[in-house]
Amino acid sequence: MDKKFISRGVSRTSIGNFGLWISPWALMLVVGLYAVMLCLFKGLNQTNMDNRFAFGLWIYLDLTVIALGAGAFFTGFLLYILKRKELKAVINSAVVIGFICYSGAVGVLMVDVGQPLRAWFTFWHPNVHSMLTEVTFCITCYLMVLAIEYVPVILKNRKIKHVSSMLVFEHELHKLIVVFAAVGTFLSFFHQGSLGGLYGVLIGRPFAFRPALGIWPTTFFLFIISAAAVGPSFILLTTALVSKITGKKLVKPEVYQLLGKISGSILIVYVLLKAIDTLIWINSTSPSLGFSAASFYKFSGFGTWIMFAEIVLCGLVPALMLLNQNIRQQFRWLITAALLACTGIVINRFVMTIQTLALPTLPFDAYMSYVPSWQEVATFLAVLAYGMLVYSFSFRYLTLFPQERELQSL
Amino acid sequence: MESNEKKPRYGMVIDLDRCNGCGNCTLACAVENNVPPAHENANERTGITWMRVQKVDNNRPYPENRSVYFPLTCQQCDHHTPCESVCPQKAVEYDTETGIVAQIPVRCLGCRYCMTACPYHARYFNWWDPEWPKGMETALNPDVSTRMRGVVEKCNFCHGRLQAARAKAAVEGRRAIADAEYIPACAESCPTKAIYFGNLADAGSEVSRLAKEKNSFRLLEQLGTEPKVYFRSEQSWVHEQMNAKLKTAEKEKIHG
Repeated sequence: MDKKFISRGVSRTSIGNFGLWISPWALMLVVGLYAVMLCLFKGLNQTNMDNRFAFGLWIYLDLTVIALGAGAFFTGFLLYILKRKELKAVINSAVVIGFICYSGAVGVLMVDVGQPLRAWFTFWHPNVHSMLTEVTFCITCYLMVLAIEYVPVILKNRKIKHVSSMLVFEHELHKLIVVFAAVGTFLSFFHQGSLGGLYGVLIGRPFAFRPALGIWPTTFFLFIISAAAVGPSFILLTTALVSKITGKKLVKPEVYQLLGKISGSILIVYVLLKAIDTLIWINSTSPSLGFSAASFYKFSGFGTWIMFAEIVLCGLVPALMLLNQNIRQQFRWLITAALLACTGIVINRFVMTIQTLALPTLPFDAYMSYVPSWQEVATFLAVLAYGMLVYSFSFRYLTLFPQERELQSL
Repeated sequence: MESNEKKPRYGMVIDLDRCNGCGNCTLACAVENNVPPAHENANERTGITWMRVQKVDNNRPYPENRSVYFPLTCQQCDHHTPCESVCPQKAVEYDTETGIVAQIPVRCLGCRYCMTACPYHARYFNWWDPEWPKGMETALNPDVSTRMRGVVEKCNFCHGRLQAARAKAAVEGRRAIADAEYIPACAESCPTKAIYFGNLADAGSEVSRLAKEKNSFRLLEQLGTEPKVYFRSEQSWVHEQMNAKLKTAEKEKIHG
């Protein structure tokens, strides 16, 4: 029925099977949108956030998906600026994933703020000293860049291509893609950093506060490097997952290995810098603010194991694994390493957002806990469902993996 | 203070040894600033109390057991004000003329970044629409605007009262206001007179004198944000427990 829209030379499941695949996601999206409506119309009392846990699940997941979505900008940077042509095999998929992650994050932020209709105030009365201003500006601009990068992928659809003006537009747009890749990289560097700075500047939260290098706290730089490190790993994982679900070879094994190698090379730098930063924090920053670093880890649930898991188990270990050619060549170990690397960043963002707020600051404060409400969980699941739907349609009707046709005919 | 030579820096000194934890300050503050009655589902972590009273215990068994009450409000940080610098749209204002840190609710996006930045948890989000029981609206203070759902609010040292005092002075042809003309509701209503309020920049003022006393300290002073709310107590355990940075010599005197 929809065969005319499916790219030449590749096979896709029947429309019926496709319908079965997307139905649960569509249902999840509908339930999530109901939760969103509750939050928008009844207010944020629908969440379990409070005056002490003013940021919750949403901010944590926003920071996480934006870090994982960094694969889009970093792959674009490597392909178009550093001319790593091998990455052409995954760039379209990376752009779609980036677009999903960023649009999803912005969507959730619009529910997370108390007065979403005032979002434009940040552009009208910007406080240039606020990291959140930088985040808002960069994410808004970068989402536009991602949308522009997404357009040529859509216009290359087999049917849309028949409209000659569309083809010309796509061709012209593609000539500019280097410019967009460069702009995207610039914007991404800033907002990935600013998301780190968001917590690093909090002098009132000695657990998160870090000294400044220039005008930015060290977390600014650590967030950029960590996002660049796990971005390719996440592209690797998603490509492998799509390949597994569809039962198709999508990219050549060398591409997986290259993504792993890039990820490992940056991750080892990140782990080194993170270790230095942590040592400085333990020995200087934290004590100078009147808190011994050990005092932050005396609460059940947040022992030093979390630091070990983040930096060693899900940092140093995957970095060394990804740098080893023998391990990279064994697909199972490559996937394990990429998964560990992504987990490390998921823990890092958790530590920065949730642990920071759980820990007491005043001498008579108690340790705080927070469990998200179903509305918070459903809202985030809606983003997951939205991502699944956008990606499923894109995979079915657009060319996300140019090598697929060649690999299928082998 | 009639002289205009130095800009005022309004601040407080709260005598913990005098506070009996009655909570009158909380009540007076809510009435003065049109803080609505708590929603039926609100709890101590979602309700709005610009001024709250926190009991602090020395955790010793009877008869050594001692406790004090900390009336806690915005500590009015004077240096690198944590909430002011993080707000993305300038909805937090640090008034250089008075040192008062105030919230502009009509500009607030409700992102709550300021709340995560404040180490004193002095900021409150409107999780519900403000509602007053029928008839109670007529008792609202006309000098203070009410806030809507989805924005952050906090203590501003009863800014409405400062404005009123200034307006009165202007009508009478005076450029500055006298100390006695401006006092926040909490300080005014305290039955044990535990809250002293005034100009910290005026060396001759009572708050300035009390703030410099050896028994006075500030919460989380080591963060370097220069809060303008001081606490004082003659009980050494309070100082020890608050980890206040007292000079060793002064500490010895207290212990002695």
